[in-house]
Amino acid sequence: MFGWEFPPHISGGLGTACYGLTKAMAKQNLEIIFVVPRAWGDEDQSTMQLVGANNIRVRVNRYQFSESDVANSTDLQYVEIGANLIPYVTIEEYYDIVNNKVTVKKQLKKHVKTKELDTISFVGGYGESLLHEVSNYAFIAGEIAKKYDFDIIHAHDWLTYDAGIAAKHVSGKPLVIHVHATEFDRSGMHVNQYVYDIERRGMHMADEVITVSNLTRSTVLNHYGVPEHKVTTVYNGVDSVQNEKEKFFEKHIDDKIVTFLGRITYQKGPEYFLEAAAKVLQRKSNVKFVMAGSGDMLEKMMWRAAELGISKNFYFTGFLRGDDVIHMLSISDVYVMPSVSEPFGISPLEAMRSNVPVIISKQSGVSEVLQHAIKIDFWDVDSMADAIYGIISYDGLRDMFSSHAKAEVETIKWDTAAAKIKDIYTKTLSK
Amino acid sequence: MKNICLLFQVNHPFQLRSYRFFDIGHDHYYYDDFSNKSNMLKIAKRCYLPMNDILLSLIKTYKGMFKVNFSISGSAIEHFEMYAPEIIESFKLLAKTGAVEFTAETYAHSLVSVKSPEEFKTQVEKHANKIKELFGKKPKVFSNSELIYSDYIGEQVYNMGFEGIIAEGAKQVLGWKSPNFVYCNANNPRLKVILRNYKLSDDISLRFSNQSWSEWPLTASKFRTWIQSIPENEEVLNLIMDYKTFGEYHKIHTGIFDFFKAFVTEILSQTKIEFATPSEIISKFQPVSVLSVPNITSWSDEERDLSSWLGNNLQREAFDNLYSLLDQVRLCNDESIIKDWYKLQATNNFQYMSTKYFSAGNTIQNNPYPTPYEAFINYMNVIADFAERVKKCPKSNELQNMSAEQIDEEIEKASQMLKQLMDLKSKSKKTKKNK
Repeated sequence: MFGWEFPPHISGGLGTACYGLTKAMAKQNLEIIFVVPRAWGDEDQSTMQLVGANNIRVRVNRYQFSESDVANSTDLQYVEIGANLIPYVTIEEYYDIVNNKVTVKKQLKKHVKTKELDTISFVGGYGESLLHEVSNYAFIAGEIAKKYDFDIIHAHDWLTYDAGIAAKHVSGKPLVIHVHATEFDRSGMHVNQYVYDIERRGMHMADEVITVSNLTRSTVLNHYGVPEHKVTTVYNGVDSVQNEKEKFFEKHIDDKIVTFLGRITYQKGPEYFLEAAAKVLQRKSNVKFVMAGSGDMLEKMMWRAAELGISKNFYFTGFLRGDDVIHMLSISDVYVMPSVSEPFGISPLEAMRSNVPVIISKQSGVSEVLQHAIKIDFWDVDSMADAIYGIISYDGLRDMFSSHAKAEVETIKWDTAAAKIKDIYTKTLSK
Repeated sequence: MKNICLLFQVNHPFQLRSYRFFDIGHDHYYYDDFSNKSNMLKIAKRCYLPMNDILLSLIKTYKGMFKVNFSISGSAIEHFEMYAPEIIESFKLLAKTGAVEFTAETYAHSLVSVKSPEEFKTQVEKHANKIKELFGKKPKVFSNSELIYSDYIGEQVYNMGFEGIIAEGAKQVLGWKSPNFVYCNANNPRLKVILRNYKLSDDISLRFSNQSWSEWPLTASKFRTWIQSIPENEEVLNLIMDYKTFGEYHKIHTGIFDFFKAFVTEILSQTKIEFATPSEIISKFQPVSVLSVPNITSWSDEERDLSSWLGNNLQREAFDNLYSLLDQVRLCNDESIIKDWYKLQATNNFQYMSTKYFSAGNTIQNNPYPTPYEAFINYMNVIADFAERVKKCPKSNELQNMSAEQIDEEIEKASQMLKQLMDLKSKSKKTKKNK
């Protein structure tokens, strides 16, 4: 499995998703080599072998990635590289993108190399040189494919699709593409052609495509023209409660707390949350609204809150990490995810695990699997406001959620996802 | 001689509109007129009108040998009056034949029988009066909304002047006993209890068009042989179902109408079976034993209890919230409050909040809410507004204690209202003249 990020060095939900998935896959007796651009050394490697692309030695420092170099190289079988260094979107837009390549291998060989080879350094994350790193990453994938023994290649999201293709060319092993999000989710209809092309190529080169929801599946079918039989939906899961981590925090105020937690970008629909908050605050003053996260729309949201005159009850926390997230959730009375487009969306499940009632948009993949949640259209601010008001006003709802929602989350497991992925592997390998 | 009593429950609940919390306090209209009207007209066309026609022609063909009975809720009657008065006319035609009996129930099709004896009585009387007004006869037999029954409810019903009551032939109360006899109430043996045969009733109302049912397709002669296979001494068979079975739950293309016509013909070609009304049954047969029903039963779902409406915390909270207003509402004289009060009590409001259907996989008919949570929030918003209105409404006992100034104020208010109405009247006269 090749990934762009891995806990604890993550900036979004997909690093967590890959972590949960690989752990569950290990239980299915699948051996995993997990490749990230940059290994930090403090990742949990109990269930897999983590390989940093920055530690792979390749004959690369002599090449400057010109097309002729690649073409002349006999060592490297490499697909097209876009050397486009222009940052074309903001950092925040990539928070959710994680790219992983999975290689299920039978034997792991050591990767000691001779002196004449050198490594390529990776920054990791989603900086300005992202596209350059994507290219380098794909390049190294070819090397990795030569060095390790494996049966199948599994690539997560567009950042690693080229790498997956490279590995496939080198090894001849089948390629599985895992679509956690598409360019349409990230950018609405303002699609970046370069990214779209990578995605499309990845999907078409793949032997199997996995999508995280039927919503994403239909995007893949309709916008990328992938044959239907190749695309399977495998829902994400959520880790069951980890005792040491699941601390409960005392709430020190009487006011009800309504929380939005996520990147403050177009995709997540923060403005709808804000407008709904204003409606609720017209009638109820003992409510506090929290918008946790950062993103390119943050400033706009702050201006809008001031304009509506609700800043007194509307808080911006900035980006939250680790325990802060759990803290925020455990003192919340309502969790709202008004995403405009959400391929899956693990965060409501985490909220439900903390006994928090959730309101989710129908435009999210997770709404396909949840029953004990209120589902609204992201643009339907009235419904959203009404649901928020209902949950904080009528106590019966809270009881119901605590008795049903938590139990429901327990049924949405990574183990189920892992078993389904194993089936897909078996099917692909028997072809 | 076997007596078949056919009873069709006709209920048509009002759907609440999506009532937002910001409507609380200034918009007092709670109903989704569009969906109420379109639903009504749709079902009128598919079920009420064609089935009434069939029943009428069967009665005429068999000259009184064929009998059928109805329990029509107040909210159904209000729907008919508002949107499809021709249905009332067609029921009146049926009533005129003399082969049709109407039973009593709660006007609001409510769960009030498990909550308040006084309000229960009020609603039953209101319903009985309405039935008398429309169809000319006061009902003698009571069939509670959703066939809710217990010893205590039966006792109250007897005290209201009914001689018989219809209940569900639920396994948990019958045990080895057969539903095909007349029983009597445990608290007051003078009240006769007749029971729904749920197996045979559901064969038609639930399973008729189910193609994975081993008995599909159900033919009239097959159904007749099932009835004939009932032991000779079990002389009563009560087939009680929702009227929407015909044409709505089972659409016309399933052959339900033809089945029914053929079924009547099959039965009447036999010498040992006849149709009867509930009051004929209770006057003809003596109870075989006492039926003890300490816990409440109903005809709903496999459990045949109240769990469809009061099975979870949401439902109970909504229910308690509603009935916490009971004492105050009973002192109100405001017509609009009373009307809303009845509509808000209807059982469907609570059924939409049920979580049973999540696991069972079956759905509630015409449920406008995607989840029980939304049903609850919407209902509670309405109740919040309604409670405000009830609080503000002058109560009859308060009127007596009013000071002279307050009375003057009320007179002032009322006379202004009267003046407005008079103005309106004279204006409308003028415009008519102008035309």
